Amino acid sequence: MGSSMTRGDIENLATDFYGLLESFKHAPLYHISFEIFLVLAVIWLVVFRKPRPIEKKLTEKEKQDLIDEWQPEPLVPSVDPNHPALNVRVLDGIVGKTVEIDGKKSLNFATFNFLNFVGNQRIADKAIQAVQKYGVGSCGPRGFYGTIDIHLELEERLARFFQCEEGIIYSYGFSTIASIIPAYSKRNDILFVDEGVHYAIQKGVEASRSHVKWFRHNDINDLERLLAEQEVLDKKIPKKARSIRRFLIIEGLYVNYGDICPLPRMVELKYKYKYRIFMDESVSFGTIGQAGRGVTEYYSIDRQKIDLISSTLEYAAGSIGGFAVGSSFVVDHQRLSAQGYCFSASLPPLLAAAAIEALNIMEEDNTLLFETIMEKSKRLHKKLLSIKGYIISGDEISPLKHIRLTHAFNTIGRLEEIVQFAQTRDITITVARYLNDEHLLPEPSIRLILNVEMTDEELEFLCAVLQEALVKVTT
Amino acid sequence: MVASSLQAGHVTTVHRHLTSKFHSNEEMGQTVFPLIDENLKKKNYKIGIENNNDDENLQHEEFEETPLYAAILTYLSYAILCLFGWLRDFLRQSHIETKRGAVDPNASLAFVPLYQSYESFYTRNMYTRVRDIFNRPIASVPGAQFELTERVSDDYNWTYRYTGKTISAINLGSYNYLGFAEKTGPCATNAINSIKTFGVANCNTRTEIGTQRYHVELEQLLADFLHVESSIAFGMGFATNSLNLPVLASKGDLILSDEMNHVSLILGIRLSGASYQTFAHNDMKDLEKKLRAAIVHGHPRTNRPWKKIIIVVEGIYSMEGSICRLPELIELKKKYKAYLYMDEAHSIGAMGKHGRGIVDYFGADTNDVDILMGTFTKSFASAGGYIAGKKSLIDYIRMNSHANTYASSMPAPVVQQIISSLRLLQGPEGKKRIYQLADNTRYFRQKLVDMGFIVYGNKNSPVVPMLIYMPARVTRFNREMLRRGIAVVTVGFPATKLLDARVRFCISAAHTRQMLDNALISIDEVGTEISLRYSTRHKSRRLREL
Repeated sequence: MGSSMTRGDIENLATDFYGLLESFKHAPLYHISFEIFLVLAVIWLVVFRKPRPIEKKLTEKEKQDLIDEWQPEPLVPSVDPNHPALNVRVLDGIVGKTVEIDGKKSLNFATFNFLNFVGNQRIADKAIQAVQKYGVGSCGPRGFYGTIDIHLELEERLARFFQCEEGIIYSYGFSTIASIIPAYSKRNDILFVDEGVHYAIQKGVEASRSHVKWFRHNDINDLERLLAEQEVLDKKIPKKARSIRRFLIIEGLYVNYGDICPLPRMVELKYKYKYRIFMDESVSFGTIGQAGRGVTEYYSIDRQKIDLISSTLEYAAGSIGGFAVGSSFVVDHQRLSAQGYCFSASLPPLLAAAAIEALNIMEEDNTLLFETIMEKSKRLHKKLLSIKGYIISGDEISPLKHIRLTHAFNTIGRLEEIVQFAQTRDITITVARYLNDEHLLPEPSIRLILNVEMTDEELEFLCAVLQEALVKVTT
Repeated sequence: MVASSLQAGHVTTVHRHLTSKFHSNEEMGQTVFPLIDENLKKKNYKIGIENNNDDENLQHEEFEETPLYAAILTYLSYAILCLFGWLRDFLRQSHIETKRGAVDPNASLAFVPLYQSYESFYTRNMYTRVRDIFNRPIASVPGAQFELTERVSDDYNWTYRYTGKTISAINLGSYNYLGFAEKTGPCATNAINSIKTFGVANCNTRTEIGTQRYHVELEQLLADFLHVESSIAFGMGFATNSLNLPVLASKGDLILSDEMNHVSLILGIRLSGASYQTFAHNDMKDLEKKLRAAIVHGHPRTNRPWKKIIIVVEGIYSMEGSICRLPELIELKKKYKAYLYMDEAHSIGAMGKHGRGIVDYFGADTNDVDILMGTFTKSFASAGGYIAGKKSLIDYIRMNSHANTYASSMPAPVVQQIISSLRLLQGPEGKKRIYQLADNTRYFRQKLVDMGFIVYGNKNSPVVPMLIYMPARVTRFNREMLRRGIAVVTVGFPATKLLDARVRFCISAAHTRQMLDNALISIDEVGTEISLRYSTRHKSRRLREL
């Protein structure tokens, strides 16, 4: 019925509509504005408002239930009683060229006293004198009457030995480099670190919260690549880059690998890319170089070019503690900001006295001791290479070598068997122990350490026993 | 500072110490029923001394509020120091004054500067001026009386010159609580014999060829002494905390640590990767609130429940002199199934009837504290630290500890000193020393408080911090005391809060009553000269009036 709208209807509609408009004109202002507001509110509700999530408010009873239900894990997981750390060999007596285990003496190729200073009569006498003058402990940190004049003497002697301006000593070898790195490198700085550094350096790097760039072990090309990449990034943010410090953290002689770092090239790159070098010479102090001054002497590099050399007194020097030497500008900062120095008790004076006497012996001797140890290391290296079935890693002048079995064979179980066999033949060697959370866990190995007073026959004996052990293990 | 809150259900006697202005004949210790004194209410003293019936004054601690004028003057002092610092820096920059101190050898080669200029602002302009009161070298055993090497500076502490003479002084600074720092006697003789038998060091780690017979002996003896199943010892106290907390806690755990904890604990907590929150110092209500919130809500973002919760506290806090509230901690820990780690660096040997530390002091059960940690540097006059607890815990630490696997084992003379002093401690000699220490502590603290100085902490703790507030007074106090032959330790910012610079006395069993009296006479004199009697709770008196 189509348009049943007659003319009259349209007229009515128009009149009604006109009437509506008229009423708008007469309506009060507040009425109109209220209506407009309502319309807008409806539009907003429909288009813009998102549904709000319902807030979770717990009642007291629910909270108490949660507290009652919560079960924590046990404090420590269960422990395997056969773990090697729980079944160590117990020594009895001086750890020198020989050690005594269960009443039997055996040749010692496992401990780090390269120069055989442990048990040295002169050092023991000086230590005894120190106890008679100072007692055993120092009873305080360096800032609060824990500084004993013998500490100052040791620091001065170390600085003189290394021909640097200033030295600083710590009471624990592990804490030395682990406190030094966070004292200089903060959150925004960049650390270029070799992958093969030892655990204490890794902890120092972690504690510093800086950006870390690991480069492949002793691979100078990888380091250059990282440096070049960083330079490109720097060009994009030149202002910020001017306040980012850069450090290169390396070791002189790597404990985990036995090889020496390529220092000359690293020093060249230092002046090109403007980073500072912190070198840890724990193993190379007292063993490498004509006078035992480490890798810088070996390469004849000016020691002033290395910003900080840190080392430990626990290896060649036969005492306890660690130290760092360098220019006064760099070293003095640690006296207020290295945590292991400021907040920890100082080194017991008898250990400082032992270290001073060790330095005396090293300086008096001048070159004979160090020539001998380098010579014997080379000889040992040659002898070890002649045993078939072992892979020897380490430089030939390094007194610390790692021995592994050929690839498929190399497991900790077999290495432990070799060690046990050697013990029955009165040779003490050890498998190198690591924790599982190392940055780059090295392959299992036996760490052989040369004592400078080992004779040729004893080295021969060692090789013979290793040969026998190999036969026993691989059959 | 608020000492503690009042617990419901215990009879609480509030000691109101009225000032001498209102009641001139008031003596300390009288119980005054809480009269509503209009003036007192206006001043709003925060006094919260808890007197728990069960513990009979074991937890009595006082932390008097900083007087307003002292606070203002201290801020003013630092402001003036900063102004002068900027002035001097400006003079140095414009070459009117010569720059002193070491120079960067790489400075001219466009290397990024090694230190921020604001870091070294403090060192150059404030620390160096007063540097002579720190790092004083000694030339003898750090016993009750010792010899300080005399050093003079001709250029305002930039460099020193040693005159070759020594100054004899009474030692109120070294941590020698039981007086075992001796160069003669059974401990020293045994240490010397052990050098002859075992040499000075071992050059290897415990897990390889570094464990000697004496390590096993020490750990056994220590476990017996503390009444625990097993213990493990390390060569450095700082490292014991920082290298073993990562073994116990990891990502997904929550650590609640007291706000005044030592740097080594904080470093260990950071390295462990666990989340951590701090609670107000010794405030058990705050701790309970945080524990409840932690268990109910879990991890803040993911709401996953925490794997475990560890509460980390210290036995005696070395800067505050306060003692942790062990009975309440054990209650909380049991209620919320958390674990408790107690660092007894200062309290082992020094507290408790038998010298076993805070657990002994409160008479609690050692099994309730999950992880007992302590150091050998303080009461045993040696070096190193230990952790003690159940055998499963110690075995796990042995397997995974960074210090056990990578750090050299403890040397023979150090271990022998600990063994000798432990043995002495368990005999009559030990009882004599413990009693002497407690007696000295109470005497010294009482006299200081009676003279009108502000002293923080528990009345039985041998660490006695006395507040000085202003940096200049701190320095002057230290130098004046040394002139009178008393060596003290003064600490300021940043080791303490900016306002609370203080002098910290460490009482020893080796101090005789005569030495303490000499010290008190000097403190009395210097305190009057510099006006250090800040206390409004206790009347200011001269020593001769006591």
